[in-house]
Amino acid sequence: MEITVHHYIVISCLLFIIGIFGVLTRRNLLIILMSVELMLSAANLALVAFSRFSSHLDGQVAVLFVFIIAAAEAAVGLGIVIAAFRHTSGVRVTSWKELKG
Amino acid sequence: MIEQLLQHISIPTLMCLIPLLPLLGAIANGKMYLFSTRSQWKPSHALSGTIAVVMPLISFLIVAVLFYIAMGLEDSHSVSTGPLFTWFGGTQWAVTIGLKLDQLSLIMALVVTGVGSLIHLYSVGYMSHDDGFAKYFAYLNLFLFFMLLLILGDSLPLMFVGWEGVGLCSYLLIGFWFTDIEKAKAGKKAFIVNRIGDFGFVLGIFFIWQALQPTAQPGDAILSFSYISTHAAFLAPVATAATLLLFLGATGKSAQIPLYVWLPDAMAGPTPVSALIHAATMVTAGIYMVARLNFLFVLAPTTLNVIAIVGCATAFFAATMGLVQDDIKKVLAYSTVSQLGFMFLALGVGAFSVAIFHVMTHAFFKALLFLGSGSVIHAMDGEQRLSMYGGLRKHLPVTFTTFLIGTLAIAGIWPFAGFFSKDAILWHVYSSGHFWLWLIATLAAGLTAFYMFRLVGLAFFGKRNPAGPHHVHPENSVTMLLPLVVLAVLSIIGGWVGVPHAMGGHDHIMTWLAPLFPTALHEAGNESTELFMGLGSMTWGAIWAIIAWILYSQHRGWADQMAARFKRCYTLLVNLYYVDQIYDAVVVQPLLWFSRSVLWQTVDAVLIDKILVGGSARIARLFGRVGTAMETGLVPHYVFLLVLGSVVVLGWMIL
Amino acid sequence: MIEAYLFYFFAVTTVLLAVTVVVQPNPIGAAVSLVGTFFSLAALFVLLHAHFVAIMQIILYAGAIMVLFIFVIMLLNLEPEKVKLRTIAGNRLVQGSAALYLAGVIALAFFGWRQFFTQGVVANEMEGTIEAVGKLLLTDYLVPFEMTSVLLLVAIIGAVILARKPVE
Repeated sequence: MEITVHHYIVISCLLFIIGIFGVLTRRNLLIILMSVELMLSAANLALVAFSRFSSHLDGQVAVLFVFIIAAAEAAVGLGIVIAAFRHTSGVRVTSWKELKG
Repeated sequence: MIEQLLQHISIPTLMCLIPLLPLLGAIANGKMYLFSTRSQWKPSHALSGTIAVVMPLISFLIVAVLFYIAMGLEDSHSVSTGPLFTWFGGTQWAVTIGLKLDQLSLIMALVVTGVGSLIHLYSVGYMSHDDGFAKYFAYLNLFLFFMLLLILGDSLPLMFVGWEGVGLCSYLLIGFWFTDIEKAKAGKKAFIVNRIGDFGFVLGIFFIWQALQPTAQPGDAILSFSYISTHAAFLAPVATAATLLLFLGATGKSAQIPLYVWLPDAMAGPTPVSALIHAATMVTAGIYMVARLNFLFVLAPTTLNVIAIVGCATAFFAATMGLVQDDIKKVLAYSTVSQLGFMFLALGVGAFSVAIFHVMTHAFFKALLFLGSGSVIHAMDGEQRLSMYGGLRKHLPVTFTTFLIGTLAIAGIWPFAGFFSKDAILWHVYSSGHFWLWLIATLAAGLTAFYMFRLVGLAFFGKRNPAGPHHVHPENSVTMLLPLVVLAVLSIIGGWVGVPHAMGGHDHIMTWLAPLFPTALHEAGNESTELFMGLGSMTWGAIWAIIAWILYSQHRGWADQMAARFKRCYTLLVNLYYVDQIYDAVVVQPLLWFSRSVLWQTVDAVLIDKILVGGSARIARLFGRVGTAMETGLVPHYVFLLVLGSVVVLGWMIL
Repeated sequence: MIEAYLFYFFAVTTVLLAVTVVVQPNPIGAAVSLVGTFFSLAALFVLLHAHFVAIMQIILYAGAIMVLFIFVIMLLNLEPEKVKLRTIAGNRLVQGSAALYLAGVIALAFFGWRQFFTQGVVANEMEGTIEAVGKLLLTDYLVPFEMTSVLLLVAIIGAVILARKPVE
């Protein structure tokens, strides 16, 4: 039983959907950020899998860039979390309604 | 001296200066007035008055010089600037701006600038107590600019610019004292009634353009008078329609039936304005236009008949309306309408040069009469009712003398100016075979003498009405008296340029104008008949004058008895045949009803306001509500929409 | 054969731990589950012969980033969130669209791409070693690689400015 690129893609899709699900349903800003990390990881998995099955290493280089972006995103995102916490003493996203029309 | 002048300045430049100088005066005075409204500084009356008088005076001198030059020219007696520049046009035709002075426009320009200068001078005295001194002269100079453009323009569109411009100035000056709502309304009435005429004029121009367009070579100025006259044959099919429409324009501007109603109301303006615009110059624009386009009008005998009948009817009815007016200026206004009717009558029977002759003499004596009435009104503290006057000849000797001269002129007494021109009109009407028109016109001429002497009798003879102003201001303003005297002299000698051969004269004006107009449409009558009719018409006028003089200065009771005797007739005349009321009921009220209930309450309020404006606002508000509902302010909702959007885009790209 | 078993084992682990992340009420629990997810992902990378990426996944993600997360959680001293079934499931709109999306993915995967699962694509023998990836990174991707340093610098400054106390 051969493991093909499609198996990895299915896992990647599932991870991505779980990530979106987390982003959409959770109210805790930290867990939303973690779900975003899950989505990024799903992309990483797809990139590596395509790299493996297409005889190019460029996909893996791209993954390294995604790491860096994830690190930057985590740094800024967590900075925002701290600032928001200081502002409203909580990290529930539903407590911020200033944009209501 | 003229040769030296011409070495430094060309004739076209001089011609351009004629209308431009009054424009310059208008701009200078207008600027000064506008400036004075925003600051403490007030232009001195001497400064704005000098500018306003000197500009037309220089124009008059230039016209005189050009007249002298043109007289010396061998062939055509006309000078022209040629096309100065192209105003607008199509691929096949163009409308160029150019000025032209020929025999006809020279006479008109001389009258306009000459009488205009005198009236400007008179205005300096008349308006000396008015706050809007500079504004008044700005309007008056602007009027002269447009009038000269109308006369000098060498094409129909340029003439139309002047035509509209004088209408504008007329409106501005009638409503000059616009704080009085009646005067503002009079200005509005004049403007609106003139719009009806101008509508006809524009349509007439379009007819001519339509007919001439196929004949044009690229670059031809097809609406210039010279082009129209050389291609008049092409206009034969549309001549009747076009000329009738143009004549409609003339009835508006020159106050003929059915559009005369604005002119009596126009007396709301300052009296010098009535003299200049509503008697001497602007109202003769219609006659000038018909004379200018005579080659077109002779192609349409129907139109000429219509013009003759309308002119004759106007002359008669206006004269009857003038019989019973109590307002001194109203009498003169109806007299003007009546005299304009005489001019149109002359045009209608093909005696174009006679009409122009009458325009000229009428300008002299009617301006004189108006200025004289202004002098009376000025002396009586603005009182205009004849019944409040009486016995003024001792208080205002110069005014009385000059006014009497004007009255004799308009009544057609030999050897005053009006005699020659009016007699020429009657003679041409008679000799062209229009017997009934001649009869009515003769009657109207008699009535003219009657109402004018009634005016003189009521104002200058008899006893002062104790109800009138107690104090009569003496006449001592030189600026007001000088024009009166000059115009009085002109009213005496002005007619001598047209003494017919039958009376041993040389008829200079007919000879001068002859090249422009078609040779008489009918064979000249017997010279002895002409002489006899001249004598008859003078006697006829004198009889009516004496009757009026007896009735109104010797035995005023008789006049009242007559009014009581013919009460219905008198009421009809006092109410001016109810024409204003009829127009109101037939035209104005239906129009108002239509505007109010249909256009305003239905189209504007419901259709435009509620459905279009309000409807689009409601639709925008609906979208706004939907958009507002989407903005919950909750981050998960925004993320959800983001995901939804990317899913849609991705799905569209994959599938 | 052993490779296939390993794949299925780590695939299932990854998905299960990922689900734990999003349904865990306690942020600390979620973070720990996320670390587990990253570890099993690293194992999947190893199965894909991407050794360098796998090592970086553990060092960068599981090490650095997750430590940052846990620091922040502890710094803020957060209460566990009360996760109700309704909160997890979201409202009907979210449920519906999530189901639709899932169904779409599965349908695409199993109907649209069925032949790919059976015919397969042969994996090549290329190894994602440090040498190979590093060489590529420092030759073809040198400029983007250097640009990331600028990005990180900007992120650091941004984080510092966001996180410090507002200046009075």
